[in-house]
Amino acid sequence: MNVLDLIGSAVSNTFRSKTRTVLTVLAIFVGAFTLTLTNGLGTGINAYVDDTVTSIGASDVMTVTTASEDSDPMGGTDSEPTEYDPDTVASAVGGVPGQTVVALTPEDLGTLADVEGVLDVQATKPISPDYIQHGDGTQYVVGVGSLVTGQTIQLAAGSEPDDTSDELQLVLPVTYVEPLGFADDTAAVGETVSISITDAERTQHTIDAEIVGVAEEGLASPTGASIVPNEALTSELFSTQNIGVPTDEQERYAQASIWFSPDATDQDVTDLKAALADAGYTGTTVDDQLGAITTVIDAIVLVLNAFAVIALLAASFGIVNTLYMSVQERTREIGLMKAMGTGSGKVFGLFSLEAVFIGFLGSAIGAGLAMLVGTAISSNLSGALLSDLPGLTLIAFDPASIAVIVLIVMAIAFLAGTLPAARAARADPVTSLRYE
Amino acid sequence: MDTPIISARNVRKSYGRGPNRFDALKGVDFDIHEGESVAILGKSGSGKSTLMHVLALLDAPTSGSVELQGVDTHTLKGRRLNRTRNRTFGFVFQQFFLTANSSVLENVILPMKIAGVGRRERKRRGLAALEQLELADKARNKAVDLSGGQKQRSVIARALVNNPRIIFADEPTGNLDTTTGGVVEDILFGLNRENGITLIVVTHDEELAARCDRRIVIRDGMLVEDSKLVTA
Repeated sequence: MNVLDLIGSAVSNTFRSKTRTVLTVLAIFVGAFTLTLTNGLGTGINAYVDDTVTSIGASDVMTVTTASEDSDPMGGTDSEPTEYDPDTVASAVGGVPGQTVVALTPEDLGTLADVEGVLDVQATKPISPDYIQHGDGTQYVVGVGSLVTGQTIQLAAGSEPDDTSDELQLVLPVTYVEPLGFADDTAAVGETVSISITDAERTQHTIDAEIVGVAEEGLASPTGASIVPNEALTSELFSTQNIGVPTDEQERYAQASIWFSPDATDQDVTDLKAALADAGYTGTTVDDQLGAITTVIDAIVLVLNAFAVIALLAASFGIVNTLYMSVQERTREIGLMKAMGTGSGKVFGLFSLEAVFIGFLGSAIGAGLAMLVGTAISSNLSGALLSDLPGLTLIAFDPASIAVIVLIVMAIAFLAGTLPAARAARADPVTSLRYE
Repeated sequence: MDTPIISARNVRKSYGRGPNRFDALKGVDFDIHEGESVAILGKSGSGKSTLMHVLALLDAPTSGSVELQGVDTHTLKGRRLNRTRNRTFGFVFQQFFLTANSSVLENVILPMKIAGVGRRERKRRGLAALEQLELADKARNKAVDLSGGQKQRSVIARALVNNPRIIFADEPTGNLDTTTGGVVEDILFGLNRENGITLIVVTHDEELAARCDRRIVIRDGMLVEDSKLVTA
């Protein structure tokens, strides 16, 4: 009996008892369907997180802060009182309000530039404006974010701020469009807004800048509800804010960005971090920041997958049962085939192929339907419940992982089929032919 | 004289062990030559079915030997044994053993499928065998829809399809009425006469046995009568 005939016979035997096959296939279907959906959920969310990586930070950039002796990220939970350090400034970016870091001075920036593997250093200038206003409209509190090379903003309208331009430009978050009195995103582009900022002498200054773009609010937006100024506006705001600050205290930065080679391997990055630590700094890459998000998503998906696997296990007992009944029913047929010269291996193959085929049917139908349902769900949700997260496809499917699911289910089915198949293979032709 | 196609030498077969030991065959000797038609006669429990299973290599004798054209079948193992069975024997059973929901043609070509004959060749030879048994018009019907006589003719077609040297028929007319039984007998003896296929019929039916060239009577696992030895 050649392989093709064996497969053909197994497939046609599967349909001999239709009701039984359909019920078993249904059981596997449920498992495969769930597994595909949960897997799609993981793929979708992780793909979204990956897509936003470039907007959080370029992959060849590391954020550097001075390694604080009090390295507890929550700050202040230490029972010991912390000694006052005049170089301490409140961290403007990220972290818990009130968390302090030791400021970086131009000297530090020089040291950083000398660390091996560092290509460039740029200090992050903390800017805290008072409000933003369009014409004589309402004044709104606003933050200022900054972009480093390699970062991108998800734009709803307009373009990114031009760092080479001398014009004062900014990108406005989409949530500010209506409150500031613009009709829509496109109407805001090209308009001028005023930003008010207070200097060290408590004098309020107003700076006018042009809106060149409107930014979508992403899950992991680099700036959140902040305006993104271009280089010219940043410098203007920073110098205005520092009017009256003694010159030796002006250049104090909470953090800096350093660039390393885009080809750097994980090992290179680790080495660089070690070198920074030796110099007394802490380096954090985007991957480090994203790692936590991805880990949580993976853990949730793992738990969901575990449920689907339990369903599959239950279904595999269904396969065992179905095939045992099949072997029982076909005892005489097996005896006859053996009498006519079918080897035990072929009989085993026939029944285990049948199990694999049942597994294939269940998983292919399950995965196919899950893809349809998943696509429908995610397109419905992204229009309604999740419309605040543009670009998110909640359930996405990756052909490779679908193929893996189908193969895994077929493997489980094969394992389940081995017990009945072995019984069939062991059957003695004489006994089987006597069986009534 | 040429080598007998089957030769049984002091064949013993027992089941179980110790006090539960049951001797189904207690030393049987005979030769069967190519082209003979032989009836193995005996009551139920006489050991005639066991003898057939041993001769058809479905079961190995506990002691003694069965030679197939001079080859000791003890030496046949695994794949070779399966191939020998597939090529040499055809089986006709009282209970037909047709796969009910498959077509008649599917049932008939099963031995060729097992032998690994190609799809087209299978179909051609299967239809030819059905033609020979006047069942060509039933080829597409399901086996379950056939009458008893048609079923047994399908079984004979299946037994024939691989051009076997020997056909084992276990109570071939047991489930048929006299008329259809007669037809089936005519077919079997026709094959024996015209195609030279050795026919070994296991039965307890004296009339059927009477149509064979030779009768071997088994009682309590012993050969009690062999018509060939009497005439010789």
